[in-house]
Amino acid sequence: MDYTNDPDVKVPLALIVNMPELKENPFRNRIVESFSEDGQGNLSFNDFVDMFSVLSEMAPRELKAIYAFKIYDFNVDNYICKEDLEKTLNKLTKEELTPEEVNLVCEKAIEEADLDGDSKLSFADFENMISRAPDFLSTFHIRI
Amino acid sequence: MPRHKLIASESDVSIEVDEGKDNEFSLYYVEVEENSKGGQDKQATRDGKRRRERNGEVSRRRASEKRSTEMGNKRAEKKHEKHHKTTRKEGEKHRKRPRRSADEQEAENESSKEKKNIKNERTKTIKLEDEQEKDVKKKRKKHVKNEEDDANPGKTKQKDCQEVALKEKKKKRKKPETTSESESQSESNSESESKDNPAVGVLGSLTPEELEKLKEAVDERKKLITTLKGKPWPMKKKLVILRESQEFVEKYEGALGKGKGRKLYAYKVLMMKKWMKFQRDLENFKTACIPWEMKIKEIESHFGSSVASYFIFLRWMYGINMILFGLTFGLVMVPEALMGKPYGSMPRKTVPRVEEASAMNFAVLWDFGGYAKYSVLFYGYYNNQRAIGWLKFRMPLSYFLVGVGTVAYSYMVVIRTMARNANEEGGGDDTSFNFSWKTFTSWDYLIGNPETADNKFASITTSFKEAIVEEQESRKDDNIHLTRFLRVLANFLVLCCLAGSGYLIYFVVRRSQKFALEGLENYGWWERNEVNMVMSLLGMFCPMLFDVISTLENYHPRIALQWQLGRIFALFLGNLYTFIIALMDAIQLKRAEEEIVKKNMTIWQANLYNGTVPDNSTALPITVHPADVPRGPCWETMVGQEFVRLIISDTMTTYITLLIGDFFRAVLVRFLNNCWCWDLEYGFPSYSEFDVSGNVLGLIFNQGMIWMGAFYAPCLPALNLLRLHVSMYLQCWAVMCCNVPQERVFKASGSSNFYMAMLLVILFLSTLPAIYTIVSIPPSFDCGPFSGKNRMFDVIQETLETDFPAWIGKVFSYASNPGLVLSFLLLLVLAIYYLQSTSKTYKRVNMELKKKLQTQNEENKKKNKLAALKAANELEQAKKAGEQRRNSASDLGVNEESSSIDEAGHRRQPGQNGRFIHPSQSHHTQNSEPPVSSTHTTTRPPASRGHTASGHLPGHPQKNAHSNRR
Repeated sequence: MDYTNDPDVKVPLALIVNMPELKENPFRNRIVESFSEDGQGNLSFNDFVDMFSVLSEMAPRELKAIYAFKIYDFNVDNYICKEDLEKTLNKLTKEELTPEEVNLVCEKAIEEADLDGDSKLSFADFENMISRAPDFLSTFHIRI
Repeated sequence: MPRHKLIASESDVSIEVDEGKDNEFSLYYVEVEENSKGGQDKQATRDGKRRRERNGEVSRRRASEKRSTEMGNKRAEKKHEKHHKTTRKEGEKHRKRPRRSADEQEAENESSKEKKNIKNERTKTIKLEDEQEKDVKKKRKKHVKNEEDDANPGKTKQKDCQEVALKEKKKKRKKPETTSESESQSESNSESESKDNPAVGVLGSLTPEELEKLKEAVDERKKLITTLKGKPWPMKKKLVILRESQEFVEKYEGALGKGKGRKLYAYKVLMMKKWMKFQRDLENFKTACIPWEMKIKEIESHFGSSVASYFIFLRWMYGINMILFGLTFGLVMVPEALMGKPYGSMPRKTVPRVEEASAMNFAVLWDFGGYAKYSVLFYGYYNNQRAIGWLKFRMPLSYFLVGVGTVAYSYMVVIRTMARNANEEGGGDDTSFNFSWKTFTSWDYLIGNPETADNKFASITTSFKEAIVEEQESRKDDNIHLTRFLRVLANFLVLCCLAGSGYLIYFVVRRSQKFALEGLENYGWWERNEVNMVMSLLGMFCPMLFDVISTLENYHPRIALQWQLGRIFALFLGNLYTFIIALMDAIQLKRAEEEIVKKNMTIWQANLYNGTVPDNSTALPITVHPADVPRGPCWETMVGQEFVRLIISDTMTTYITLLIGDFFRAVLVRFLNNCWCWDLEYGFPSYSEFDVSGNVLGLIFNQGMIWMGAFYAPCLPALNLLRLHVSMYLQCWAVMCCNVPQERVFKASGSSNFYMAMLLVILFLSTLPAIYTIVSIPPSFDCGPFSGKNRMFDVIQETLETDFPAWIGKVFSYASNPGLVLSFLLLLVLAIYYLQSTSKTYKRVNMELKKKLQTQNEENKKKNKLAALKAANELEQAKKAGEQRRNSASDLGVNEESSSIDEAGHRRQPGQNGRFIHPSQSHHTQNSEPPVSSTHTTTRPPASRGHTASGHLPGHPQKNAHSNRR
């Protein structure tokens, strides 16, 4: 790869996902996808820097919240709906919860955080919820 | 800020243009004025801002049309109207100014409905326009120049004055622009275009006012540079903006003499980074310093927090015992071993002749007899010499104070921990977002190790299961009467069990006393060990019975655990107190024996002197080997020995049951499963679950023994430390390899204080007998640090008399005056009462506040939901209206489409658009965002000026675009 002559090199998702910082993360694909410009997970250098700048300790809570929302929004419809939550849960628990349990958790989560009653979480709902979470800042960062 | 300067210098030239544009603004204000009368609807400010922005565009467009057609006409009219309007203006101005922004927003919301009316009353509009224009101008003037502020309203009558005002306005407008530029890329692009103008040369000729503005702009840029990291933009954009801003700052900062702070800033950033890293390392170090943290985390991830709570409790206990051990070891055992008289120098430090033969036998040592009995491990070894060694260490005093100190320290720690736990429970238990927090914040993005990740997955699953159990418990509503009846029944059964076992113990103890009086030699093994056996059997089977009974009650597992703990606690208490009663009896026997020995002693001494060397006082006393000297039974050592034996046997039982009950069972189940006729793993024996309640109680009672016995056997804390250390590893291993998680995993948030409460009760119950023996039984005459004294606490008095100046003794004797003591006690009681009542009040207030907050939250939620519904409805209506409009004004298809795309689109009216639209400006309507070209200096609606003070532009494009995207 000739980086000097062609600075617009893009690294595919499969490579990025295998870096040690992301390897164990259940949301690794989503992280890379949401930081890529094309949404497919191909990262340019700028995207890459972007990703770790958001995930660094220094990044402010609002910024982290914006990207966390993007990461958890699996179907990229700008809302975290029930399917997104189900996917999140199954990734978090390695699908060890029964479908009923998953259903219950999803319903409870939406009921708790949904402020405008559309039974899905908009960014405003998400931000409101995440801004009060005690360990969001301590868990949503990566050290490199 | 080259562009500003340019404009400032050009402003004289561009008056004409400005005036034309001013008309546009005034038109805008007309709408505002009209609409504010009818409009009361409230909308989010965000929408308002957008609309205002768009409004500006519309009016701009309209104005450009008008400029060519109506300008002359209007001006003529203006002059006419002025005389009539001045008075009205005054009133309006006062009314309007403070409510300006609110009015605008309301107005904008309503504007679409009202626009047609305005259009129809054209002449009226123009009149109002003029009035409005003047109003605005006047205001501007006041903002900018104080002299003009002082000036009379008549100034507006003169045309030239108006122009001056316009100029002022021009300058003023730059301020908002700087703030907006710093945040939007598009604007800063335009900025960079004009940046090429050489500024430094002009700087000298700048007025102080402009300099001020420049400074502000530079500050703005600087702020942008520092906050750029926090902007949700792609890196490319950030880089461009950063570069531009840095260039800008560099260019002008020097001219303004502000470049010195740069090094300091770099230094600050560096130090900040260093500090962060240090903090992180410190945090890591701290967690690494917590012993067994990883082990416990692992267990918690597989077995849930209730099992982990046992291990945390065990660790806490270990810490306490460490302190107790430190105290006894450092202040009692080591000084005596180093500085006291060596072994064999005194009768109390020597094994008696009869026991010498067997003193080194393992069986004897295992029973803490022989050499172990005559060592620093037990009370009897210590000498009553007041000061020992070259340090003049006050041994008896130290012994007494350490005994008191261990108990006092334990009280303090337990109570403090309880208070802290209570605080934590009261404070940080916000469960309003329980599930969503669990979903979105439980994964730790730092995890990079596969094993840790597996643990984390397990722990997240467990915590979800816990939460689900809690949730289901709270939803469950069974037949309440049946449950109540069953609970009462269960408690009745348990009480019967307890009473039965109590009577059994009483019966057995009485029987054993009878046996003891008759002499144990005549009875067999069962009669001798009857009490112990009955105790163990009760302790083994009663908890099982309680467990069966508790299934009747149908409690939440956490509460069921507490009930179970409480019941077993009651059972164990009987056990403990039987032991104490038996011990007291033994003490009485020993003391009777001691009396006999004392009498024999005098006879023996008399024989020694009179028999061999009669009446020779000058001769050296005959040296009898200390092993041959007759001695008392020393009940204190006996008590200490009993406790040590008890601890040892208890530890052994725990370990052996662990091995047999858990390990061998697991091994059998695992390997016999292949050749067995039913499924062992899921069938009858299965693997065992970790018994939290039994283990916790075992630990608590064990600690009670330590507290009771530590005074008579200083080695007890050390032994306990050893035991806890071993059981930590052993039990961690056993749990991970032989146990299965409980069927219903539950959270153990509240139980830690429950453990503490039981510990406190046990501490109290165990100090009672210890205090009783210290205060009311005289110490043995020939062993221990207090030998020869009437009571053990006399050592304090002795120290006061001999080691302190006389006046302190006097003070103490006065202080111990019953009158003083009583009044002091009274004061204490009063203080306790007062503190308790205040704490109660605080608690109540706290609860009330919490309730208030909660209801407020709920109300907010409801309100938000309602508002959202309303907004959705309005959106629907707006869409419908937009469609209708589109149908009616299909000739303007392109422009209409763009305006009705988003919710703010209904702000625009088809009629006016149609009338005032100018071909050259129509591209603005295609773009829902504000224009990004350099012309925006003149296209901003004047409304924004009212907001400049807050430094926040109402029509901020970035923010709007961003919030709408969400």
